[in-house]
Amino acid sequence: MKGTTEAGRTEIRPAGRPDLRGQVEDFLFYEAELLDRWQLDTWLALWTPDCMYLVPATDRAEGDPDVDLFLIRDDHFLLSQRVASMLDGTAWAESPHATTQRMITNVRASEVAGGVIEVHANFLIHRSRGGRCDAYPGRYEMRLVPGGPAGLRILLRRAVVALEELRPQGRISIIL
Amino acid sequence: MTESPYVIDDRETPRFRVRRSTMVASEILDEERRQIFDRSWLYVGHESEIPAPHDFRTRSVGGRPIILTRHTDGSVQVFINSCPHRGMQVESRPQGHGRFLKCFYHGWSFNTEGALVAIPDEASYGENFDRQNLGLVHPPHVASYRGFVFLCWSADVVDLETYLAGAADILDLFADQSETGMRVIGGTHLYAARANWKLLSENSYDGYHALTTHHRYLAMLKASGKDLQSVFRSSGGTPALGWDLGNGHAVIGGSDGSGGNNTGLGRDLSGPALVKQIARRDRFAELYGADWADRMFSGRNVVIFPNLALVDLIMGITIRTYYPVSPDYMEVSAWSLQPSDDEPELRQMRQENFLTFWGPAGLATPDDIEALERCQKGFAAHDQAPWSDISRGMVRSRPAFNDELQMRVFWREWDRRMTGTVHPLEGPALPRSGRLALPYVSANQ
Repeated sequence: MKGTTEAGRTEIRPAGRPDLRGQVEDFLFYEAELLDRWQLDTWLALWTPDCMYLVPATDRAEGDPDVDLFLIRDDHFLLSQRVASMLDGTAWAESPHATTQRMITNVRASEVAGGVIEVHANFLIHRSRGGRCDAYPGRYEMRLVPGGPAGLRILLRRAVVALEELRPQGRISIIL
Repeated sequence: MTESPYVIDDRETPRFRVRRSTMVASEILDEERRQIFDRSWLYVGHESEIPAPHDFRTRSVGGRPIILTRHTDGSVQVFINSCPHRGMQVESRPQGHGRFLKCFYHGWSFNTEGALVAIPDEASYGENFDRQNLGLVHPPHVASYRGFVFLCWSADVVDLETYLAGAADILDLFADQSETGMRVIGGTHLYAARANWKLLSENSYDGYHALTTHHRYLAMLKASGKDLQSVFRSSGGTPALGWDLGNGHAVIGGSDGSGGNNTGLGRDLSGPALVKQIARRDRFAELYGADWADRMFSGRNVVIFPNLALVDLIMGITIRTYYPVSPDYMEVSAWSLQPSDDEPELRQMRQENFLTFWGPAGLATPDDIEALERCQKGFAAHDQAPWSDISRGMVRSRPAFNDELQMRVFWREWDRRMTGTVHPLEGPALPRSGRLALPYVSANQ
C-alpha cells in the first residue's frame, strides 16, 4: 500500500484487499475500546513478543528510529513496562486516568508476504483530564499477523501524529 | 539574611524561600523579558544542525523569529527573520537549504550573509537607494562556544565565554565526547507545559525528585535487570554534588571513577557495547587525562541561566530550551546530541535509552510535566500560601546533587537581575579549570 517512488515521494496506492477490511476494522475498534476503557492488560496481549511501537517526532514523520529522534520506540519489554505503570498508578501523568475517546477511520488493508497484513488507518483521540481537553490526530501504519485471542496480533504500530508540534498537548501520556 | 519582595535568603536558620507570585504575575513576566531574556546570552542552536553552506533553520529565540544559517564561506550566521522592507517573516519553513532567502511579499532576496542582493524594479527607488543598509538585521551579539550558538538581544553584555564562566567547562564535557565532533540528530521534541518556565529550570537539575516522581522509570530499570544500587552508589572519584558555576549557572554531577563501566540511569550495556564504551573512555583518558574522562563518563545536569538545560545521564544527552508564552504556559524544544563517530552498538543504546527517559512521551518527562503543571495549579492560592521552600542542603558545607544549591544559585541570579538584591554566594563558584580543550572539530567539516 505504501512505497517510495524514484522521486522520493511516498507512493499512495489503493487498498489491495477490501475483503480484509472488515476483520481489520473490527480488530482496530476492539483495541481502541480496550484503550478507552483502560483495560490495558487485555490490550497488551494483542501484541506479538517481537513487536515494535513507534511514534516519530512531529518534525520528522518519515524518520528512522535507528537514526533519528523519535517520541516513542518501545519494544515489548518497554511497552509492557509502560502499561504496567499506567495501571499501577505510578504514571503520574495518567493517575488518575484521563478520559479518552478514539475515532478510527479511513482503514485500508492489504496482505503482504507471509500472511502479514499491512494496515493504514487514521485516528483522532480526544483526551480530557484536569480541566483541559486535547486532541491527538494522526495515522497508523501497522503490520498485523494472524493469531491471538482476537484473531490478529500487532507486530508493528507506527503512530504518526499529524501535528507540527505537541503544543499545547505537551505530552503523550496515553497510548496512541 | 538578605531579602527582596521575592526571595528570602536566611543563612542563620537556614531557610531559602521564593515567593510564588513570581510564577503567576504577568507584570513579573514583562519584567523578566526586559531584565533576563533581553540581557542574557540565549541558545540558538548547534552548528551541526546546519552542516552544509546554505542550510538553514528557523526558530524563535527570546520571543523573536530568527534564521540560523551557514554562509558560502562556512561561517555560521544568525539574522532576524523579518524583511527589512515591510517586516514579513522571510522564511517560514523550520528547516531547509537555499543560497538565497526570498521574501515572497515583494520579492526582495537576501544571501546567506543577510545582504540584500536583488529587488524587483530597483530603479524606482532612485539612484541614492542604499541597498547595503537594507540587509537582514543581525542580533546585537552572536557567538559560538564549541559548536553551541548563542545570541544576545542587548548590545550591553559581556562576551559569551565570560558570561558562561564555569559553565564553559561543562560545555567542554559535552563537546569533548567525540574526536569528530558532536552532532544533533534529526528530529526535535517540540512540546509545552502549562506551567511557569522557571519550574523547568528547577526541575532540569532537581536530584531530589527522581526516586518519587520517576518511580515508574526506576521500576523499568529494575525489571530490565539493572542493579539500582549501582545508579546511586559512587565507586570512587568525586561524589556527585551541586556546584555554583557563576552568573546564575549551576550543575549537578561528579565523577564516579567507574572508568566508563556504567550507563548511569540507562539500562545496562550489552557485552559488545560495554567493550566499545570502555575503549572510548580509555581513548579520552589518553587525550584529556583520567580525571576529565571520568567526569565525561559520569553524567551531569547543567542549567545555563536562564533557560538552557543540558543533561547527560550517560545514556544520551539532551539539549533543552524553553520560553514563557504566558506566566502559566511555556514552550519547550529539545534535541538529542550524539558523538558523530558513535559505534552502532552505542548509538543504538543511546537511541533506546534517550527516549525511554526523555521527551514528552518517555517514561519520565511526562511525569515531570505533570508535577510542574500541578505546582502551577497550586500557585493559584499564592496569596494565601505565598512561599516555596528551596532550602535543602543549606546545612551542609558541600550540598549534594540531590540538594537544592543549584536552584538557589538560579534564584539568587534571578533576584539580582529583577530587584538588584545581591545575595552572598553559599560558597565559592567553581571556576573554569583553564584546561585547554582540543581544537574544536565541527562534526560536519
